[in-house]
Amino acid sequence: MVLKAFFPTCCASADSGLLVGRWVPEQSSAVVLAVVHFPFIPIQVKELLAQVQQASRVGVAVLGTWCHCQQKPEESLGRFLEGLGAVFPHDPWLQLCRERGSKFWSCKATHRQVPAAPGAASEDQVMLIFYDQRKVLLSQLHPPAALPDHQAGDASASTGGLAAIFDTVARSESLFRSDRFDEGPVRLSHWQSEGVEASILVELAKRASGPVCLLLACLLSLVSAASACRVFKLWPLSFLGSKLSTCEQLRHRLEQLTLIFSTQKATDPTELMRKANMLVSVLLDVALGLVLLSWLHRKNRLGQLADALVPVADHVAEQLQHLLQWLMGAPAGLKMNRALDQVLGRFFLYHIHLWISYIHLMSPFIERILWHVGLSACLGLTVALSILWDIIALLTFHIYCFYVYGARLYCLKVYGLSSLWRLFRGKKWNVLRQRVDSCSYDLDQLFIGTLLFTILVFLLPTTALYYLVFTLLRLLVVAVQGLIHLLVDMVNSLPLYSLGLRLCRPYRLADKPPALRPRGAHLPPPQLRLPPQALLGLPVPQAVLGGAHLPLEAERGQAGLRGPAACPASTAARPRSAPTQPGWCQLPAGQRTMRTAAPACGQALPLGSQWGVPAGLPGCSPAAPRCLGGGPPGCVPGPWCLPVAAATCAPPPGLQGPLTPVCSPSGPGPSHPNRTESLCWCLLQGWVCEGATNRP
Amino acid sequence: MEEERKFSDICGGRLALQRRYYSPSCREFCLSCPRLSLRSLTAVTCTVWLAAYGLFTLCENSMILSAAIFITLLGLLGYLHFVKIDQETLLIIDSLGIQMTSSYASGKETTTFIEMNKVKDVVINEAIYMQKVIYYLCILLKDPVEPHEISQVVPVFQSSKPRLDCLIEVYRSCQEILAHEKATSRSP
Repeated sequence: MVLKAFFPTCCASADSGLLVGRWVPEQSSAVVLAVVHFPFIPIQVKELLAQVQQASRVGVAVLGTWCHCQQKPEESLGRFLEGLGAVFPHDPWLQLCRERGSKFWSCKATHRQVPAAPGAASEDQVMLIFYDQRKVLLSQLHPPAALPDHQAGDASASTGGLAAIFDTVARSESLFRSDRFDEGPVRLSHWQSEGVEASILVELAKRASGPVCLLLACLLSLVSAASACRVFKLWPLSFLGSKLSTCEQLRHRLEQLTLIFSTQKATDPTELMRKANMLVSVLLDVALGLVLLSWLHRKNRLGQLADALVPVADHVAEQLQHLLQWLMGAPAGLKMNRALDQVLGRFFLYHIHLWISYIHLMSPFIERILWHVGLSACLGLTVALSILWDIIALLTFHIYCFYVYGARLYCLKVYGLSSLWRLFRGKKWNVLRQRVDSCSYDLDQLFIGTLLFTILVFLLPTTALYYLVFTLLRLLVVAVQGLIHLLVDMVNSLPLYSLGLRLCRPYRLADKPPALRPRGAHLPPPQLRLPPQALLGLPVPQAVLGGAHLPLEAERGQAGLRGPAACPASTAARPRSAPTQPGWCQLPAGQRTMRTAAPACGQALPLGSQWGVPAGLPGCSPAAPRCLGGGPPGCVPGPWCLPVAAATCAPPPGLQGPLTPVCSPSGPGPSHPNRTESLCWCLLQGWVCEGATNRP
Repeated sequence: MEEERKFSDICGGRLALQRRYYSPSCREFCLSCPRLSLRSLTAVTCTVWLAAYGLFTLCENSMILSAAIFITLLGLLGYLHFVKIDQETLLIIDSLGIQMTSSYASGKETTTFIEMNKVKDVVINEAIYMQKVIYYLCILLKDPVEPHEISQVVPVFQSSKPRLDCLIEVYRSCQEILAHEKATSRSP
C-alpha cells in the first residue's frame, strides 16, 4: 500500500533533523508534526515526546529523518541518518531529503522487519502531502467529546480517514509550545517558527483585560445586588417591572454584561464564541444608540417631536370619536339595537374625553420627559427602542381599555348564551364530571331562560361588532409593538462576531455546534482541493509558491443534482424546533490550505489542495428565548418568532374565583397543539389575550 | 502520460476529453465544454436592446436604455461567473479519494472531494432528462451507519453531459483504480 506522509509546509525550509509525529497504521499514513534539529540528545528527545504524549494523549514518536542540505548528502551523512534509525526504533522509517534550491524531493520508507509475505518489497511508495499547520490547528475541528479517549497510537474506528489527521494536529498543541529559538534542550521547528502575527495593542489589551474584568465584575455585581433588593419585589413595582419592556431589556443586558465580564475563562470554543458575540452586540448597540442620540439632538428634533406628540394624540382621539359615531349609526348597513348601541357608544366617548384631558394635562412635561428618554439612548439602541415600545403602550392605553371592555362584554354574552342554549335544549353543565348532562327544568325556569336567551341573541350583533372593531384596533397596535420587539431581538441576538469571522477568517469556523452535528459519532468530511490546470506539470515548490490555493465552496452546495436519497446528516442536522429558520445556524464552508505532492518520489505532480468543511456557527447566543417557541438551547429562535403569535391566553381574571363554574367553557378546552388555532379559539370565546408584553 | 480525444455531448456539441495517467494509482480526466459562442451572445444582446428600445419609444425615458446596457453587462458577467462551466475535471487518487473540479468561464473554481473510504462504487446510470433518456456517470457513497447501503448518489460531469462512449472510457479507468485499491487494501 502506498504510504502517505503528511508534511507541514512550514517545515519545508527547515534545517535537517528528525521528523516527529504520529503514525496511523490503519491508513498507512504518517503525520509529521515538527522537526527536531541537530544537535540533540536522544534521551531528552524521548523525554519531551513522553511529556507531550502524556499531556495530549497523542502517540507522538520519531518517524524518520529530514535532510535539507546544500548539495547531495554524502555517504557518511547517509549512514549516520540510517544509524539514527537504531536509536529511535520506528517501523517504517521515513527518510525525506531535499537539496537546497532544487525542485526534487527524495522520499524513502524502509521496513525494519522482514515482511511475512515473500516477494513484498521492503520499500514502499511514498505519497507526500503538504498541509498548512497553522490553519489546521486554528480550525478547531475536534471530534465530539462523546468519543472515548483513545490510547496513544491507536486510531478510533469512528474518526476515519482524513479526519484523524485533523484530530492529530489539533490535539498536539503541547508539542508546539517550545520553538527552535527557545533555550530548551530540544530545538523544534513547526508553524510557530514562521512567526506569528501579533500586534502590540492586542497583547496590551490581553494583559489589561484581567484587572478590567475584575473591576467591571464588581460593579455589575453591586448593580445586580441593588436591583434584587426587597423593595422591588413589592406589589406595584414588581407589576410595573414585569410589564415594562425597558426593565426587561435592562435586566437582559445586565445578565449579558455579567457573563462577559466574569472572571472565569471560557471552557470551550462555543462558549468563547458566545461571549464574543455578546460583547460585539453590546458594542454595536451602544454605538447605534449614540448615533441616534446625536441625530435627535441635532436641529432640535426632540423639540419638534415633543411639539408634534400632543396634536397626534388629539388626532387619534378624534378619529376614534368618528369611529364611534359611525358605530352608533348604522355601520356598514347593519341595523343595531338602538338602546345598547347608544349606551356603549356614550360610554366609550366619555372615556375618550377623559383621555384627551389627561393628555392635555401632561403636555407641558412632555418635552422634559422626552429629553431624559433621549439620554437613555446612550445605554444602547435596544433600550431606546424598549422605551419607545413603552411610550406606545402608554399612549394607546385607551385602545387597550376599549378592547378589554368589549372583550369582557362579549365574553359574558357568549357564556350566557351557551348556558341558556343548553337550558333551551334541556341540558346542563355538570361541573363535577365536566360534561353535559340532561336535566329536567320547571316550567317557569324554562320560560325565563328562553326569554333571556332571546334577548341575548338579539343583542349579539351589537356587542360582536364593537368587539370586532376594538380587537382589530388592538391588533394593529400589537403589530406595531411586535415590529419594535423584532428589531430589539435582532440587535440582541445577531451573532456578528461569528459572521465577521466567517468573512475574514473562515477556517476558524470549521466546526458545527453540537446541536447540529449529524447523528452518529463521525466528523464532517474534510476536503482536499487540487489546483488549477495551469499549475499542473510544474515542480512542487513552484506550484506551492504559485498560489495553489483558491477559495473553496461548500461541500453541500456543490454537487448540484443530489439524488433523492438525501444525505441523512442534513435531515438530522435541522434544529428541532419548528419556528426557527435552519439557515440561521448553518453557514457554508470554511477554508484551509493543504497541498499534496508527487506520488512517486522526485517527480513533481503538484496538486495543491485545500481543506474545506461544512461549517456551522458555533457561537449562537443563548439569549433567553423571546418567544414561546423554545428550541435547542444553543440556537437563538428569538428574532424569527412573531411575538404576536406568542400570545398567552388566560381566562379573564375578573371571572375567576366564584364565577368560574359558570364561565368555564363547555366542550374541549384550549388543548389544541397548534398555537394559532388556540389563539383563534381564545378570541372566539372572548378571552382577553395578553399581547407581546409577556416574555417568558 | 497525456491523451486527448474528441467526443460529443448529448446535444451534439463538441467536447474534448484529456486523460492524464500519472501513476497506477492516480488518474485525471478533464472534459472541456465548448466556449460561449459569439452568435448566441449577439442574439441575446440584440434581443434585449431591441426590447429596451421598444420600451423607450413607448415611455420616452432614456434611463431605460442605460438600464438595458447595465443589465446586459451584469447579466453577462453573472452568467460567466455562475453558470458557464468551461471545464470539468475528475481526479482519482487510489488511497486518498476522488475530486471533482468545475472551472467557470470567469476563472472561478469549485471543487468537491470525496474520501476513498466513503466511496462504494462508480457506475453509469440512466436518467430521463426532459424528453431524452441519457447516461451519466455517478459515484455511490456508503452510508456511515450501514456499510452495505448507499446513502448518496453523486453525479459527475453534470454540465458537460458527455455521451456513453466518453463515459465508458472514464468508467473503465475508474474501475481499474478501484479494483487496484480494493486489492491493496485487502493485502496487508
